[in-house]
Amino acid sequence: MTWIFDNWERFWEVTAVHLRLSAVPVLIGFVLAIPLGWWASRSQTARTVLFPFANILFTIPSIALIVITPVVIGVKILDEINVIVPLTVYTVALMIRSIADALSAVPGNVIAAANAMGYRPFKRFLTVDFPLALPVTIAGLRVATVSNISMVSVGALVGLGGYGQLFTEGYQTDNSPKVFAGLVGTVVLAVLADGLLLLVGRLLTPWARVGR
Amino acid sequence: MGGWLFDPAHWSGTTGIPVRLLEHLGYTLLTLLIAAVIAIPLGAFVGHTGKGGFVIVGLSNALRALPTTAVLILVVLWAGLGDFPVYVALVLLAIPPIMAGTYAGVRAVDPSAVDAARGVGMRESGVLLQVEIPNALPLIYGGFRGAALQVVATATIAAYTGAGGLGRFVFDGLALQDFGQMLAGAVLVALLAVLVDLGFAGLQRLTVSPGLRPVGTGGKN
Repeated sequence: MTWIFDNWERFWEVTAVHLRLSAVPVLIGFVLAIPLGWWASRSQTARTVLFPFANILFTIPSIALIVITPVVIGVKILDEINVIVPLTVYTVALMIRSIADALSAVPGNVIAAANAMGYRPFKRFLTVDFPLALPVTIAGLRVATVSNISMVSVGALVGLGGYGQLFTEGYQTDNSPKVFAGLVGTVVLAVLADGLLLLVGRLLTPWARVGR
Repeated sequence: MGGWLFDPAHWSGTTGIPVRLLEHLGYTLLTLLIAAVIAIPLGAFVGHTGKGGFVIVGLSNALRALPTTAVLILVVLWAGLGDFPVYVALVLLAIPPIMAGTYAGVRAVDPSAVDAARGVGMRESGVLLQVEIPNALPLIYGGFRGAALQVVATATIAAYTGAGGLGRFVFDGLALQDFGQMLAGAVLVALLAVLVDLGFAGLQRLTVSPGLRPVGTGGKN
């Protein structure tokens, strides 16, 4: 732990990079997964196409995807996009299923009531379906966020930033306190992000606590 | 792109594809065995007694956030190079999903079945081993197969500290700027993951009672 206090500036620098590299894919992936999850919740065809595809994407190891991405999209291997694209892919793969499950679980009588009150489809989705699907959606988002925070470190094996840099540098210089500092940073960041999402979820769904 | 993978020269010798594939499979299977021996009894015991569930759930979540790379490197720095650090890092990765699946599975067993088992005079050990665990098998397999996928994928990282497995192709290819080799390694890992999952899916079909299969997937005989 003393490594963190002795190298405060460096620690914050890698923390900021780590946070950026894990937050950006979660945001992009979440936004992309909403229409796909909505589609999968409505169509059996979409489910039979999207779910197995998402499962296969999940079996590709992160180090492999990070290594393949630059070849596929034609950028240099030391570009941050090489971590952002694979983690976005994982987030989408994970979130499609949560969002589809969440939307499918919205009670039919609520939807019928909203329709009867004259909601147009898009407004109904934004103000009725999606808010009611939030608890399950946020549960999925928490899993995606924690696993992203843990996976960003893998990028350091090919020379990218974040806490993983402390792992590789600590390994090369036989400096285990440095590796340990990165480990603690990763776990603390994951726990904080998880708690934050839990809190946001509670604030956004006040009705979920009523009547319990 | 497929050139490296289909070159016969890469399919023989002590550093060829078959040897690396077997090493990778070896890491995966032994890791899963060790993790299952630790995680299934813990999850089952806590699920059976109903005490300490929050500890299991909290411990699983905390372990999930643990970066495998850091664990691997720390154990290498403390204990030296070799296969031991690989197993420590991978077992820690595999325990949470197996433990959580077992716990959830045992908790989810129909209480009337458990009551009936006690009613016909089964001991607690019989209730757990002959009723709860067989009924919990689908969820136990769910957690186990999730762990298997993660372990196959993550065993790639073992090669970073000089261990074997398919990760060798990824890291050696990276060092040599040989994208064909890296890509071949990545594709082989993904293929192995699919094959391992199919293997466990087959095992699941053989060992789970037909009465527990979801309706419409061949449950009737």
